[in-house]
Amino acid sequence: MLSIKNLQARIGDKQILNGINLDVKPGEVHAIMGPNGSGKSTLASVLAGREEFEVTGGEVVYNGKDLLEFSPEDRAREGVFLAFQYPVEIPGVSTINFMKTAVNQIRKYRGQETLDAVSFLGLMKEKMKLVEIDQSLLNRSLNEGFSGGEKKRNEIFQMAMLEPKLSILDETDSGLDIDALKIVASGVNKLRNSNNATIVVTHYQRLLEYIVPDFVHVLYKGKIVKSGGKELALELEAKGYDWIKDEVAVA
Amino acid sequence: MSKDNQLLEELTSREYEHGWNVALETDSAPKGLNEDIVRFISERKNEPEWMLEWRLKAFRLWSKMTEPKWPNVTYPAINYQDIIYYSAPKQSAKPKNLEDVDPELIKTFEKLGISLTEQKRLTGVAVDAVIDSVSVATTFKEKLGELGIIFCSFSEAVREHPELIKKYLGSVVPMSDNYFAALNSAVFSDGSFCYIPKGVRCPMELSTYFRINAANTGQFERTLIVAEEGSYVSYLEGCTAPMRDENQLHAAVVEIYAMKDAHVKYSTVQNWYPGDKEGKGGIYNFVTKRALCAGDNSKVSWTQVETGSAITWKYPSCVLKGDNSSGEFYSVAVTNNMQQADTGTKMIHIGKNTKSRIVSKGISAGKSQNSYRGQVHIMKRAEGSRNFSQCDSLLMGDQCGAHTFPYIDVENSTSKVEHEATTSKIGEDQIFYCQQRGIDEESAVALIVNGYAKEVLNQLPMEFAVEAQKLLALTLEGSVG
Ligand SMILES: Nc1ncnc2c1ncn2[C@@H]1O[C@H](COP(=O)(O)OP(=O)(O)OP(=O)(O)O)[C@@H](O)[C@H]1O
Ligand SMILES: [Mg+2]
Repeated sequence: MLSIKNLQARIGDKQILNGINLDVKPGEVHAIMGPNGSGKSTLASVLAGREEFEVTGGEVVYNGKDLLEFSPEDRAREGVFLAFQYPVEIPGVSTINFMKTAVNQIRKYRGQETLDAVSFLGLMKEKMKLVEIDQSLLNRSLNEGFSGGEKKRNEIFQMAMLEPKLSILDETDSGLDIDALKIVASGVNKLRNSNNATIVVTHYQRLLEYIVPDFVHVLYKGKIVKSGGKELALELEAKGYDWIKDEVAVA
Repeated sequence: MSKDNQLLEELTSREYEHGWNVALETDSAPKGLNEDIVRFISERKNEPEWMLEWRLKAFRLWSKMTEPKWPNVTYPAINYQDIIYYSAPKQSAKPKNLEDVDPELIKTFEKLGISLTEQKRLTGVAVDAVIDSVSVATTFKEKLGELGIIFCSFSEAVREHPELIKKYLGSVVPMSDNYFAALNSAVFSDGSFCYIPKGVRCPMELSTYFRINAANTGQFERTLIVAEEGSYVSYLEGCTAPMRDENQLHAAVVEIYAMKDAHVKYSTVQNWYPGDKEGKGGIYNFVTKRALCAGDNSKVSWTQVETGSAITWKYPSCVLKGDNSSGEFYSVAVTNNMQQADTGTKMIHIGKNTKSRIVSKGISAGKSQNSYRGQVHIMKRAEGSRNFSQCDSLLMGDQCGAHTFPYIDVENSTSKVEHEATTSKIGEDQIFYCQQRGIDEESAVALIVNGYAKEVLNQLPMEFAVEAQKLLALTLEGSVG
């Protein structure tokens, strides 16, 4: 589904990604961990098409297509979803209104009929249940005045609405209390199937107890320096990153 | 919530939509302005002597006045002798009903999206349309007549209701008020008159559409609304003009007179031709709008969506004379390319416990300049009065300018004035967030801007709100990326 080869990117003069390699197949969950500033969010942004980051080398093939050729909106329409580490506020625009615009633009792109208000509302109610989000939150201006946890839950609600093929969750667990974490994780799990894939960026093993990854990768200084199964996350939790940094230094 | 999407879907044509002119035969005055022209206009309109005298007096005043220079706008000097002050679509006889109206004219209205026909009746809007200088047809007259409501062209009102016109014309905006008001008083060609009798709630929105069609023509319409005790009316005003290379002058006057317990809502969607990207052509929109809340508990709300014109100079104001009277001003002013807007309001508190509320949302893009200028004056005897002002500016790009000029003057200690102002930029972050959800950049901007202006757009009657949202998006077309 997704094949990243030797991906390099920078912002201004600052090189951030230094040759990332990653293969994601349908049905898989990949966790990306790594110290602060190692480039995890940058990788997510580059995949989503943020123009501030300049791709200086490598390639990204997504479902047989060159992902880097697509505009950000077309990537979304092709099924790439990013749950932001820091969701943005849009005053005066409710989540409902925002999602209706998004859903219908995506449907148009795919040659489907746009949803009228009634069918849209039906879809929304269904997804609201899935992530146990309250409609009053969705009526409010998008993310404005939302608590940290509400913002994250809203991201997962949007993910549910858009039914992406490739979801990238950037620290969706941060700011969630234990109950919310379980709800969000169960939402993500319910959305999983053999045709879609998920990349979870996280600092904590805890989330991975609920969203069980097939692979865990460690990103360090813009490179994936170690990959393993879900037990790697446990090891990192116990030992921190120093041993990995040492390994890298030796190599 | 479906409004936005409708708007987005309708965003197919991206040029100034109303930029055509219809080959109507016109009857025009020669270029220039002098007493003979004033007489010519008055004569063409079969006006009584008193009306002519009033115009001449205004003309003489105007001749001694000078154009105001304080607005934060720049433009080449206007040659007032190079303008045609009267131009009327030719018609053989005065139309009695719609079937008699020139079909070309009807086509014009249809292109404008105003139909004077059954369609519009269903939506319950009574329309008075003014093309160039003359009011063409007023729908719904009979129905309104049963309630004692008068809604007709200004010329007709001069002939049919001289006592009302004599009493109220110039009572809110005196002819000497300012340069453009004096000019309008001398040469106003038509406009609308509206009278709501005591205790009557006008059952439909009243609406006027203005259009400048002929070349080199100025449009000087006048609107007068008189709301008697305990009455209510919601009034809409829309306008368009064809694309032309030269600048055209529009100097209108709107007067609202509200008696005790009366409530008047006045909404404008201003979409005069703004000129092209380089600033060629476009309408100079110099307008005086003022309401007098004469009676206790009276209320006037101005809502404006200003998207057009090369230059806008406009301050819909409220004089709050009656005790407990209130005035509101809700404004969205968008400028793009080379447009300049200097707009805002004046709230003059005279009566006790008077209230005013100002919500101004400026949006600047391209190389445009957008100024809010607002005055809040609470006089000594206006004890216990309140004002709240919120002035926000949204910037798109870094070549445009947003300015705020608040003038606050409180002469007693029992009143309270609050002023809040913010300036923000449409963030790359916001646009990217939208794009990541599959929304293209233009639609993202439309969404963000409409969200920003929501508090004002919510004040508009439904069908106007849709049009206004569409206009906002159209005006900002090509301003990002
Ligand atoms: N817009 C920017 N301008 C300059 N430097 C940037 C910018 N965005 C990111 N960086 C830098 O790139 C590096 C990687 O940042 P990134 O946000 O990808 O890290 P991260 O792995 O997601 O960290 P965290 O775990 O703290 O979220 C950091 O050093 C950061 O300061
Ligand atoms: Mg990060």
